[in-house]
Amino acid sequence: MSGSADLNRNRAVDWALMAYIVLAYAFVFAPIAASFVFSFNSDRFPSIPLGEFSLDWYRAVATDPLVWEGARNTLVVGVIVGVISTVLGFGAAYTDFRYSFFGKQIYLALALLPPTIPVIILGLAMLAYLSRVNLSGDALSVIISHVVVCAPFAMAIIRLRLSQMDPALEPAAWNLGASEWKAMRHVIIPFTMPAILGALFITMAVSFDEFAVAWFVSGLNETLPVKVLGFLQGQVSPRINAIGTFVFILSMTLVILAQLLLSGRGAGQTSADKE
Amino acid sequence: MQRDTLVSFEGVVKRFGDFVAVQKLDFEIRKGEFLAIMGSSGCGKTTTLRMLAGLEGPSEGVIRLSGKPINDLPTWSRDTPMVWQSLALFPFLNVRENVEFALKMRGVGKVERRRRAEQWLDRMQITEFAERNISQLSGGQRQRVALARSLVVEPEILLLDEPLSALDAALKVRMQSVLKNLQRETGITFVYVTHSQSEAFSMADRVVIMSRGKIEQIGTPQEIYRTPRTRFVADFLGSSNLFTGKVRSDGQGLALDTPVGQLALAPGATNDIGDTATLTVLDTKTHLSISAPTGSVNVVPVRVIGEEFVGATATLYLETAHGQEIRVQKGHDELADLPLGTGQSLYAWWNPQDSHLVAEA
Repeated sequence: MSGSADLNRNRAVDWALMAYIVLAYAFVFAPIAASFVFSFNSDRFPSIPLGEFSLDWYRAVATDPLVWEGARNTLVVGVIVGVISTVLGFGAAYTDFRYSFFGKQIYLALALLPPTIPVIILGLAMLAYLSRVNLSGDALSVIISHVVVCAPFAMAIIRLRLSQMDPALEPAAWNLGASEWKAMRHVIIPFTMPAILGALFITMAVSFDEFAVAWFVSGLNETLPVKVLGFLQGQVSPRINAIGTFVFILSMTLVILAQLLLSGRGAGQTSADKE
Repeated sequence: MQRDTLVSFEGVVKRFGDFVAVQKLDFEIRKGEFLAIMGSSGCGKTTTLRMLAGLEGPSEGVIRLSGKPINDLPTWSRDTPMVWQSLALFPFLNVRENVEFALKMRGVGKVERRRRAEQWLDRMQITEFAERNISQLSGGQRQRVALARSLVVEPEILLLDEPLSALDAALKVRMQSVLKNLQRETGITFVYVTHSQSEAFSMADRVVIMSRGKIEQIGTPQEIYRTPRTRFVADFLGSSNLFTGKVRSDGQGLALDTPVGQLALAPGATNDIGDTATLTVLDTKTHLSISAPTGSVNVVPVRVIGEEFVGATATLYLETAHGQEIRVQKGHDELADLPLGTGQSLYAWWNPQDSHLVAEA
């Protein structure tokens, strides 16, 4: 950085902040790291000193048809949930961006409400409601429930991007001969694309990881997190560590992809004035 | 309607809820002219432009383009491209794609699109930036892209909403001449909204001055400058000294009884005796001398309170015994013989022929 930035910084504060960040991350990631390490450990129980390096647990997981079934359910549900949530989230965010109407604050509050409801209550409510309409225990019921949880995230992400857009951009497109649909296709969607993809990945990741609601409504179509609980209830197996590592890497990949899209070059047009 | 009228506003009113943004607008825009609409913020100038562009619908009245009413035409069906204050260039498209946008929306084929965009890139001297992102351009280059993007459809009229407001002073002046030349060469009607007197007066063939949703005056820059029609215009331009008082007869002609004394009106003034009126005289037509001038001139004793030099001209700020400020603008050499220290007593004077009365409203 430039000299003036160095000049006005206190080294001790810099170091303290750096140490703080390192410690905070260590605290957050230690359990995950432990799970990761033990997934490669030959011992039956997680203890130190470690045994030998081994891929046994991964092998055990890979040959378990129940795990595969769970993984397939998770993936199918996650992809569908991601797509539906993003479409709904986009619609809700664009409505907020484009229109002002009576009761808009209430509309926004309701649209952003679901993630604030405790998942146990949401799961119970979903189960009660879906079984009433004969949908419970179906993969569809997991999809519906997860869309309810995920769509607000998609909306929030896309709404943020739209708020960075020059409000004259869309009228400018109309003014240059674009109908509303063409402006949507050629201006609004290209501009929001980083956020749309970001929302897609984030909502997929949320769906992959979501346990409580899926546990209530999934019935026989258990997703991977629900399966994991099943394993834990039977026995504590290092296979959990292997699955955990796999799910963690998948989710993190999606989240990092989303992060890159949302903060990357595509989103950087607002800070465009340096030459 | 005149033959060379391109746009006419007929009794146009725009309300936003209870707020009347534009009241009873009646004026015409002539084919091929550079028209500036000027006023301070909130005067209705941008609303007027947006109604013409089809971004707002009038609450009352008719707007005609080439004789046809366009009230109900959505903006994408009008050929009224606009250059936005923020420029509103598409950040996810490069320069060429920005320029091609309007053609693409109109379904022009790829080859033709490229050819026509090329012409305007060349004309605006931005061909070398064609493949660049908008974020890589300087302010002046962006202006040129915005112009090319609007003009590529070769419209009859171009609307400009304070497009130069983000530029620094030197670039502003350069872009003014670019705009003026472009308008002259293409013959396209330009409607230019601005709050800046210097922009309006240096480029426009005619200027519309608006205040609180109404037109105060329409005319050439010279007409408006020399004879502001209303008190608002005279105040807004800030280049005249104003004196308000009651009209009376002074034997030979009419005069105005003002706090600074009795001021003779220009011969031919026809106001009723007893009316309240405001006399204006340009600061360049107001003179100074050390001793009271004689002859049939209006004289006001003043004291110097400040001076300001810009280039070859000086602006002197003076104060009457009643605390009214008077400005005088002169070349340096005209002031050479005068003592101009603060507090110095002088006489400001002008020829009654150089003054005129303005409407109060």
